[in-house]
Amino acid sequence: MNETRTATSVPQTAFAPQTAFAPQTARNGGYAIEAKDLSVSYDDFLALKGVDLKIERHKVTAIIGPSGCGKSTMLRAFNRMNELFRAARTQGEVLFNGVNIYRDEVDPVEVRRRIGMVFQKPNPFPKSIYENVAWGARINGYKGDMDDLVYQSLTQAALWGEVKDKLGQSGLSLSGGQQQRLCIARTIATRPDIILMDEPASALDPIATLRIEELMRQLSQHYTIIVVTHNMQQAGRVSDYTAFLSLDGTDDTRSHAPGVLVEYGPTARIFSNPANQMTEDYITGRFG
Amino acid sequence: MSKGRERRAVRSDPWQVGGGSGIEGDGFAPRLNRRHRMANVWRTVFRLSTVVGILALGLLLVNIINDAFGYVAIVNTVDPLELGEGRPLEELPKETLVQILEANVSAGLFRRFAHDEPFEERASGDVINLIYENVVKPRVVNQWTLLESLTQRRTILTQGPVDYPGASERSVRVRFESWVDVAFITSPQSADATRAGIRTAILGSLWTIAIAILFAFPIGVGAAIYLEEYAEETQLNKLIQTNINNLAGVPSIIYGILGLAIFVRALQPLTSGALFGMTDPTTANGRTIISAGLTLGLLILPLIIINAQEAIKAVPNSLREAALALGATRWQTVWSHVLPNAMSGILTGAILSVSRAIGETAPLVVVGASTYITSDPNGPFAKFTTLPIQIFQWTTRPQSVFRNIAAAAIVVLLVLLLSMNGAAILLRNRFSKRL
Repeated sequence: MNETRTATSVPQTAFAPQTAFAPQTARNGGYAIEAKDLSVSYDDFLALKGVDLKIERHKVTAIIGPSGCGKSTMLRAFNRMNELFRAARTQGEVLFNGVNIYRDEVDPVEVRRRIGMVFQKPNPFPKSIYENVAWGARINGYKGDMDDLVYQSLTQAALWGEVKDKLGQSGLSLSGGQQQRLCIARTIATRPDIILMDEPASALDPIATLRIEELMRQLSQHYTIIVVTHNMQQAGRVSDYTAFLSLDGTDDTRSHAPGVLVEYGPTARIFSNPANQMTEDYITGRFG
Repeated sequence: MSKGRERRAVRSDPWQVGGGSGIEGDGFAPRLNRRHRMANVWRTVFRLSTVVGILALGLLLVNIINDAFGYVAIVNTVDPLELGEGRPLEELPKETLVQILEANVSAGLFRRFAHDEPFEERASGDVINLIYENVVKPRVVNQWTLLESLTQRRTILTQGPVDYPGASERSVRVRFESWVDVAFITSPQSADATRAGIRTAILGSLWTIAIAILFAFPIGVGAAIYLEEYAEETQLNKLIQTNINNLAGVPSIIYGILGLAIFVRALQPLTSGALFGMTDPTTANGRTIISAGLTLGLLILPLIIINAQEAIKAVPNSLREAALALGATRWQTVWSHVLPNAMSGILTGAILSVSRAIGETAPLVVVGASTYITSDPNGPFAKFTTLPIQIFQWTTRPQSVFRNIAAAAIVVLLVLLLSMNGAAILLRNRFSKRL
């Protein structure tokens, strides 16, 4: 996997020694991350039920589905963000490089560096552009040339040309689309294997959205990208694989039906020839 | 500011719906005129409340200023110019002053002064003080407020110097006295109102506030960080939170009793300084600056915690998520992002707390502030008095002249308060401007 990252001359060893996932061999048959019977609940509320999903390496995988079906919950289950702010209980396994990230001995802090995240609303730190990119790498013990890392990360995020003369300015001084690319650059700077994106373009105008989509395509050469989106066209444009989540209509034992994975496959097939009637209804705009 | 315009616009309403006559055809009775009338009534009520508040504040200030400046009639038992043979005492060398003192007080009294502190070691200002206290003995026989001084200046200047029993005409002086002046701020306490100052009290206030803030700020901010960033929402933590909120409203005298029990009594070896080799018998009872400072610290601790919690809550969660998603630990997130963004709010809370602490009187009375000390506090284990205590003491004296110096001390307290707040606000603005 390292050899595919030739565009980034920064070797993994520039970071302080890491634990569970350090040898990046394709131990689980080439999948970047794999959910096995994954269920997430908040207190009494079951948000996601029994999801099995194998995410391909260096591809863009889109997660689509109607509101409240657990798309974001699933995304956040992939880097243990769920447990941060609400009393979330996760059952099942999420295998990352063959290791279940929910095992007791796995440190979520380490998981989150290897599986980065870009949020719906651009949230750069109220610090300089340079510091926005450098901070994550620094706190993770990056020992290489920081200027070089900032340059590489901003270049990969297609932002270098626009900000190279004002690296000292506040990240908040940028436009919304630039801020979101800065957030992507910030995530890249910690050299993750996977980048999770939670509706990264929903707060942006169409042109900025297009740039983010182009960026996702480029980044997929080096990173595995999982993107939650409401926008069907966007899923069709950027993703190689699509997972369709919906509410479980068969489960009427609860006040709120849990989200389940309805269909998963190559985007071209899902959009042209969905196997499931619900998928077809959703994609053709009949509900959701 | 379109509040006034809104009403006029409605009056020229072309559809005539504002008549207020009754229900229109569509089931609405807009009665716009009546609603606007009610709105105006309420606006007047709110404006009146503001005016009352401002008036009260203005009256307070006028009242204080009125007492702090004005004409006084002073009777000197002996004219100081006479003592110095035409020259003011301040211009004379120390040796001459000592001679004057020796010539005008009894031999026994002079020996006692020399015994208290040899004249060779006394400063000449000190000797002048002794001359004033024992020879000149100025008495304020009448004083006028600032308003009287301004409006009846001529009457005061002509009528003032006469008719004081036991005063020869030469020894009565009427002069404009600014009770707040440099000498007032830099002089120690004195039994003579015209020579009394508040240096001891100011230093006492600064010492206690410094100790209070050094004690309460780190603990308060630490507790706020724990409660906001680390604590789970358990029943115990909810109970703790409720308690902290209630503690902020506990009457301050109760903190005084707490401070008396803990710092003065239980921790006496510590607060009297005995553990650190302090052997001064007057502070061996633990009624020291550090006891007072810690008591005030306890008093402002809940305020600091609550304000810091609010400031930390105001930091958007998206920043925490962003940091944590990069593989930061909780502490790295708090240190690099939460605290810098909350700092201006935390400092504001600290400012408010200091403002409260600097004016507190009751708990310090309980903890055991000294009513009359002339020596500056020389450390945390010294006896103390503070500005509000001093003001309180002076207002309880029967002689009306102490009212003037109490007013002067209030002016100083207010200025001290405002300048501390100002400095803290500047500091806060610098924090919030920093990237």
